Amino acid sequence: MTATATTTSIVQFDYDRPLWRRVLATREFAIIGLLAAVILVASFAVDGFAQPLTYNYLILDVAPILFIALPMTLVMTTGEIDLSVGSMAGLASVTTGALVQSGAPFEVAAIIALAVGVVGGAFNGYLVTVVGLPSLAVTIGTLALFRGIAVGVLGTTAVTEFPEFWTALAKAKLSGTPIPWIVVPFLVLLVAFAVLYHFTPFGRGIFAVGLSADAAKFSGVNVGRTKFVVFVLAGAVAALAGIFYTLRYGSARGDNATGLELQVIAAVVLGGVSVFGGRGKIHGVIAAVLLIGALSSALRLSGVTSDIINIITGGLLIISVVGASLFAWAKRRRSALSPARAAASSAS
Amino acid sequence: MTFSLKRVSAGIAVTAVAAMTLAGCADTGSGDSGSGSDDGGAAASGDVSITLLPKNLGNPYFDASEVGASAAAEDLGAEFEQVGPTEATPDGQVSYINTAAQQGRSALLVAANDPNAICDALNEARDAGTKVVTFDSDTSADCRDLFINQADAAGIAKVQGDLIAEQIGEEGEVAILSATANATNQNAWNEAFIEYVNETYPDIEVIDTVYGDDEDQKSFDQTASLLQSNPELKGIVSPTTVGLAAAARYISDSDAKGEVALTGLGTPNQMREFIEDGTVAAFALWNPEDLGTLAAYAAGALVAGDIEGAEGDTFTAGDLGEFTVGADGVVLLGDPFVFDADNIGDFDF
Repeated sequence: MTATATTTSIVQFDYDRPLWRRVLATREFAIIGLLAAVILVASFAVDGFAQPLTYNYLILDVAPILFIALPMTLVMTTGEIDLSVGSMAGLASVTTGALVQSGAPFEVAAIIALAVGVVGGAFNGYLVTVVGLPSLAVTIGTLALFRGIAVGVLGTTAVTEFPEFWTALAKAKLSGTPIPWIVVPFLVLLVAFAVLYHFTPFGRGIFAVGLSADAAKFSGVNVGRTKFVVFVLAGAVAALAGIFYTLRYGSARGDNATGLELQVIAAVVLGGVSVFGGRGKIHGVIAAVLLIGALSSALRLSGVTSDIINIITGGLLIISVVGASLFAWAKRRRSALSPARAAASSAS
Repeated sequence: MTFSLKRVSAGIAVTAVAAMTLAGCADTGSGDSGSGSDDGGAAASGDVSITLLPKNLGNPYFDASEVGASAAAEDLGAEFEQVGPTEATPDGQVSYINTAAQQGRSALLVAANDPNAICDALNEARDAGTKVVTFDSDTSADCRDLFINQADAAGIAKVQGDLIAEQIGEEGEVAILSATANATNQNAWNEAFIEYVNETYPDIEVIDTVYGDDEDQKSFDQTASLLQSNPELKGIVSPTTVGLAAAARYISDSDAKGEVALTGLGTPNQMREFIEDGTVAAFALWNPEDLGTLAAYAAGALVAGDIEGAEGDTFTAGDLGEFTVGADGVVLLGDPFVFDADNIGDFDF
């Protein structure tokens, strides 16, 4: 269980300090604190932010990113990446639309679209684990492939005839609150992924694979199966997000959800998941998605143009990644400077 | 060990300050580049505030619309701002439509990226009291108050037909270089064009329609193959700005220059060198600045309650004169504008 120890290494060296200080010093807490700060400042300083409608729009806007961020966290913790999720969401949207257009009931179309997501994810997983290709190359390929099929099927046309029940449900609010109903299925998935990721042997395997695939293999983790499963999950949840996207905008188009993968990956990295694998926390990722959403919403309400918003969110990401590297560097330096203390720390 | 905690707290503070400072700067910036009025907060009741939402930012065509809309808003005494996504996507627009509803803007001028996907968001904004005027690209008629139509198919067909007929002496073979095979606008215009030419100029024969897919290189190649396979070709009509510019670039360097006439819909900045070197004698387009002006005046009339968007309502749009709302809440800007060597210097878009 060396893997377990190392994944919590950020707080591990602080065992001589009280629990609350160790929690406060984590990157996840920094993101949650920043999210709270943005909401607090915006509520006072930005006209129109402090109203229930803001939270309704905010959650609807980030919902597809929230969904896909769950499996993306797992994929990136194994040290892999899936760039095809935006295209898969688009393909699922088109699949749903094309089937509904040809007369299939929406429910059947949605299930087939989910199956397409599973198959697409399995295809990525097969190429990465069985054929042994790097996931960056594989999913750049399937990014183009899935998008190509999506655009090919519907061309430049859009399907807009979806059952009123489902389109209304996608935007419905929990009675008496501004919270969209979509948070219910999301919370179910969140709990499932959090348990899988942090509290099961399979989840431990994900971290182990990301830290060192060889070490994981010798510890009895089935590396290939672990990676395959997380890619299938990514495909399936991307398809689910694509179906939600279709219902929310009431429109299935070949270019739906274009570029979504980069928003998801940016949020996952900002949320503290290491791009090299082996480290991550679900709550950090969720906070990061909400942080980017809240910041964009506040900036839009302040009349900031979209190019400036992109610069700010991009800058935030760079600062967070650079900050994490500095943090690790400072830690290494400190350990090197005081060997006695480092020894004491690792002994505990 | 307090080091790490300090670092994290400092990180939070710096990032928050940086974000807010940037937000502040950008806010001031947009105020300057806009009409110079108060910054875009929620408008006090009684004040008129107009938001322009183009398909995407950084598009010279919509920048010209902004100039017109901004001037009209100033004339109306309205506060004005332009916002929009960097990519021309419907979901990007929905965020800005929602924002306008949250801010309680009095009117929203939208060039729609999708006729249906932004519909619900527009209707929510209308429920919140925002008047919605679409321009350039319409949505379904039930999610906006008015649509400012730049030109109708008959007007475009007529101006292109008359231009090419004049340039080739009213007889000979003509081909069309269109956008994509299922582009709604271009297909409607081409159909009307062929009908108009067949009726008005019986000696002109439209022999072929090819598709450059609104890609520069493909349009360029299609022009080359049209000229090679049709030696008798006298003229090409391209009802798309990408196609017209690509065709002009090919013809200006080929033997066909001066032999084969070229016209269609284009923008002055793209076509300037080809007008100057004689490849193209004249081409047409509506004036996007006028389109923005008319959209803003229409929004002003809606907000003031002068019109409701019903067929037959009339309003005045500054120097552009008086306009009447047609069927389905459509206001027609007028006949397309013809650009030639004499007037192209007056335009920059």
